[in-house]
Parts: sequence; C-alpha cells; structure tokens
Amino acid sequence: MNPVLAVGPALPFHAPNVEYSDLLPMLIVLGVAVVGVLVEAFMGRRYRFEVQLVLAVAGLLAAFVSVVSLAGTNKVLVGGAVAIDGPALFLQGTILLLATLGVLSSAERSLDTGGVFTSAGSAIPGSEHERLLTATGVVQTEVFPLMMFAIGGMLLFPASNDLLTMFVALEVLSLPLYLLCGLARRRRLLSQEASMKYFLLGAFSSAFFLYGVALLYGYAGTVRLSGIATAVSSNASSESLLLMGTALVAVGLLFKIGAVPFHSWTPDVYQGAPTPITGFMAACTKVAAFGALLRVFYVGVGGMAWDWQPMMWAVAILTMVIGSVVAITQTDVKRMLAYSSIAHAGFVLTGLVATGAVAKSGEILGVSSVLFYLVAYGFTTIGAFALVTVVRDAGGEATHLSQWAGLAQRSPLVAWTFTLFLAAFAGIPLTSGFTGKFAVFSAAIAGDATPLVVVGVVMSAVAAFFYFRVVVLMFFSAPALDGPTVAVPSALTTVTIAMGALVTVVLGVWPSQVLDLAGQASIFVR
Amino acid sequence: MNPMNYVYLSSFLFAIGAAGVLLRRNAIVVFMCVELMLNACNLAFVTFARMQGNLDGQVIAFFVMVVAAAEVVVGLSIIVVIFRTRRSASVDGANLLKY
Repeated sequence: MNPVLAVGPALPFHAPNVEYSDLLPMLIVLGVAVVGVLVEAFMGRRYRFEVQLVLAVAGLLAAFVSVVSLAGTNKVLVGGAVAIDGPALFLQGTILLLATLGVLSSAERSLDTGGVFTSAGSAIPGSEHERLLTATGVVQTEVFPLMMFAIGGMLLFPASNDLLTMFVALEVLSLPLYLLCGLARRRRLLSQEASMKYFLLGAFSSAFFLYGVALLYGYAGTVRLSGIATAVSSNASSESLLLMGTALVAVGLLFKIGAVPFHSWTPDVYQGAPTPITGFMAACTKVAAFGALLRVFYVGVGGMAWDWQPMMWAVAILTMVIGSVVAITQTDVKRMLAYSSIAHAGFVLTGLVATGAVAKSGEILGVSSVLFYLVAYGFTTIGAFALVTVVRDAGGEATHLSQWAGLAQRSPLVAWTFTLFLAAFAGIPLTSGFTGKFAVFSAAIAGDATPLVVVGVVMSAVAAFFYFRVVVLMFFSAPALDGPTVAVPSALTTVTIAMGALVTVVLGVWPSQVLDLAGQASIFVR
Repeated sequence: MNPMNYVYLSSFLFAIGAAGVLLRRNAIVVFMCVELMLNACNLAFVTFARMQGNLDGQVIAFFVMVVAAAEVVVGLSIIVVIFRTRRSASVDGANLLKY
C-alpha cells in the first residue's frame, strides 16, 4: 500500500457550529459540576454540604426538564460528533432520574456519623489523622462534583455519534467513578482495593476500545459512525481491520456493561464500593453503556450484523449462564446483587441481538425492548442497593446473607420491600422485571433468536432460585441474637427506596406508557 | 517505507503493553503498561491518518494524550493511597475481595 498524502498546507479551517440549546442537558450537568468545584474551593466548610446537595439535585432536575423539552428532536450536532435522537434522549432522561436518586442516597448522613464517605480520601485508614477528622465531623462533599462529572459523561456516552467522542465520554464517566469507589467510610481497605481493581481493569479495557477505534479509523478513514456504516456497505477496504476493530470496540463496551468474559471486576467493585455508589454505578453506568453499545452496533456496524451476531450470541449466553449460576453460591448480599446484575446484562443482550425485529409501526423492537428493560432494571437496582444500606450492625452495613436471617421479624416493611425488588429481579409478573423480560424475549423471538430465549428462560428460573432463597431466609429463619438492626434513614434514602419500589410496581402493573415511549424513541438518527 | 509497518509496530507495542498488564505485579508498572497501550493506539492513529490522507487521526492523537494525562492523575492518586495504606503497591497484596 503506497502512502497517500493529500493534505495540503493551506487546508481551510471550518469551526463547527455548536447548537447549544440541543446540548443543554449535558451543559447543565457539567456546568453544575464545575460550579461544585468552585464551591469546594471558596465556600466555608459549614455550608458546603447543603449547597452542594441542592446544586446537584436542582441541576439534575433542570437537565431532566430540558431533556423532556427536547423530546422529538432528531438531529446530528457539533459537526457530527453528537446525535440527539430518540434513544439518546430516552436514555438521558433515564440516567438523570436514576442519578437523582443516586445523589440522594449518597447524601445520606443519618445512618453513619459523617455520612457514607470518608472525611478525607487521603487519610490512612485507622490513623490518628482519620480519627481527628471523624471527631471534628468533617463531611466529604467533593463526591457531589465527582458524581456530576460522571453523570455528564454518562449523558454524552449514548449520544456520541463518533467513536472519539464516545471514548472521551467513556473516560469522563469512568475516572470519577474510580475515585468514588475508594471513598467508603467503613471498610476502607476493601473500598480502596475495589477502586484500584476497577481503575486498572477499566484503563486496560479502554485501551482495547481505543485500539479498536484506531483499526476502524484505518478501515473507514473516519471515526464517525455513519462514515463507518457507509464504508461497511460499500465494502471499502480490508475486512480484517473491520472485524478486529469491531471486536476490540466491543470488548471495551462489554466491559462497561459487565458482560462475561469481561465481568470479573463487577463483583469485587460492587462489593467494595460505598453502597449508594454501587447502586448509582450499577444503574446509571449500565444504562449509558448499553446506549453506546446499541448505537455502535445498530448505526455503525449494523450493516455487518451477520458477522457480529454470533459473537453477541455467545456473549449473551455466557453472561446469562455464569451470572445466574455463580450467584447461587454467593454469601454476601452486595456480591449476589452484582452477579445478578451480570445476569441482567445477559438478558438485555438477548434484546440487542434482535436486529431484524421491526414492528408494523416501524418500531425497532431490539432497541425499544432494551430501552424499557434498562428503565425497569435501573430503578429496581438503585432501590435494592439503597435498601441494603439500612440493614446495619456495629461494624456498618450487615451484608453477609446469614445476618439477614429473620429480618422480617425485625422489620416487616424492609423485608417486604426487598422481596418486591427480588421478585422484580426474578421477573415475577406484576413487577417491572417481568414486563422487561417479556419485552426483550419477545423481541429476540421476532428477531429469530429463539435459542437465546430458551437459555434466558431457563436461567431466569435458576436466578429465581437464589432470589427466593433470600426471601425464605428473611421470612422463615429465626433471627440471630446479635443480628443486625434496621436503622431508620432520613428522607433521602427513604425517597430513593420508595421511588425504586414505586417504579417497580408501576412498570409491572401499568407499563403501557413507558413501553409506548420506548417504542417511539427506538429509531436512531443516521 | 511502507506505512503499514508502523501499524505492525503499534500492534507489537500494544501486545507488549497488554502482556505487561497481565504479568507485572507492581501497580505502577501495570499502569505504565496501560499507558504504553494508549501510545500504541496513538501510533496507529497517526499512521492511519497518513495512509488515509486526512488529519482526523492526528487530531485524535492529541485527544488521547489529554485523556491519558487525566488518567494518570486519577490513577496515581489511587495507587498512592493504596501504597500509603498497605506500604506496598503490589496488585497481589490487595486480595481481600474474593469469592
């Protein structure tokens, strides 16, 4: 291949036209994050917590309002770097609502003196310095700007229309999360270990993503998804670059959703991270990453679905089987929920492979079912993790399953609410989990992926076994004498759990509104 | 010289970096290997930019450098905190989370 140098010295520079009004949700969230940094720098310690909390929640709700007002937008912005279309707006709205709950439960201070987070991330666990900080009641408030930056990245991730923007969004959402994972007040060693593991593996996987982007750029001459789609359909150059590039990009994205074989970080990080952050991560990161995955595989390389579908089939089957089977042996609630989130990633993937499923109304079933599932799963997850924070003993949260024995006798309300969440995870009718599973499985059948559905149904049954083992434990075992107590949280955590439970029930009993919305939002702009 | 050779070189560098991440035990060295992988990506981007005859790849390389710099800030802070706690930056030392 001969070098071609078509770049002359006097190439004119065209500044891209930035449509600020259409980017408003992201600009609000990132702007609030920057203001949050300024508050950290200039405001007295005494007022910071309240100011940061109000800023963050107000910013998220304002961003949600602007997402709603953008509904129906269908265009490509900023010189083709960002696409604001149905799936992007639907997922942005979902992320903003989930993130609001995540911020609320992270701000909880009444369960633990000083809150969920350590007073200073730099203080050595068990040191005099740390004791002093705790004694003076220093509250960690830097988590709010960090969360806002992560949320800004999450909003951009499913909306990015070229792979460079997607890479930048991936890093903007990941880097703050690495830090947030290491800031737990209790069990700092576990938390720091989780942070390091997440960081090293996350950086490793994003390097794979980037090399994949490089190969796709070598193939198509552009990183724009529509340009790659054109190159795929015209069969422009070396197919090996395309296949390797697609595979490596898929590695980076599948890592973020925690699909097998790129799942090994999930249980460790979910267990070690502060529980409200785990809930935030499990819900919002997964929503954002599935959005990016959908866009790459439907818009970018949708033309070669025959080539990537076998790979996705294998990943989906492995993810469902390993997530469900390994969860059976878990003895820690957070770790069990982590494996269940892996299994759920597999269920969502069954919807994603159904590229050919198009309803009469023009609705792309593969996309709409995934969108719906993500809403259902996100609210249940964030509620379940928030609920884990209220079951406590002297050492902090009591996460070992044996400590949950007989919980129904100590607090029937907590036990019943957790049962509701577990029923939704298991996919019992009249909960959102059932509607979501029904949507992805019927999309998969319409897309000729019936074997996947068979595996999915069998694995749902396996998963139901370990969810109901917990239910049996809570209701029919005698509580240990030195068992945990159920602490009464402030309104922040209560609202999170209540909203999680409410959406779980509403989407199970009366899902048609959200299903319709997901159906209308299922078409990507190209 | 055939520019494709630079792509092969970049894939070698990438493989060396990936092998380093999997084999080395010191968190700082592991992290340096990740940086090597990112730089291998940069070499591939610049080479493809020349082969494709447009500037996109060269611009992307700048973006990657900025992202890599941000990653260093976050990564080193995490590793330093781990080191201060455990007096060691070995990735084998941190093994409380399992099963």
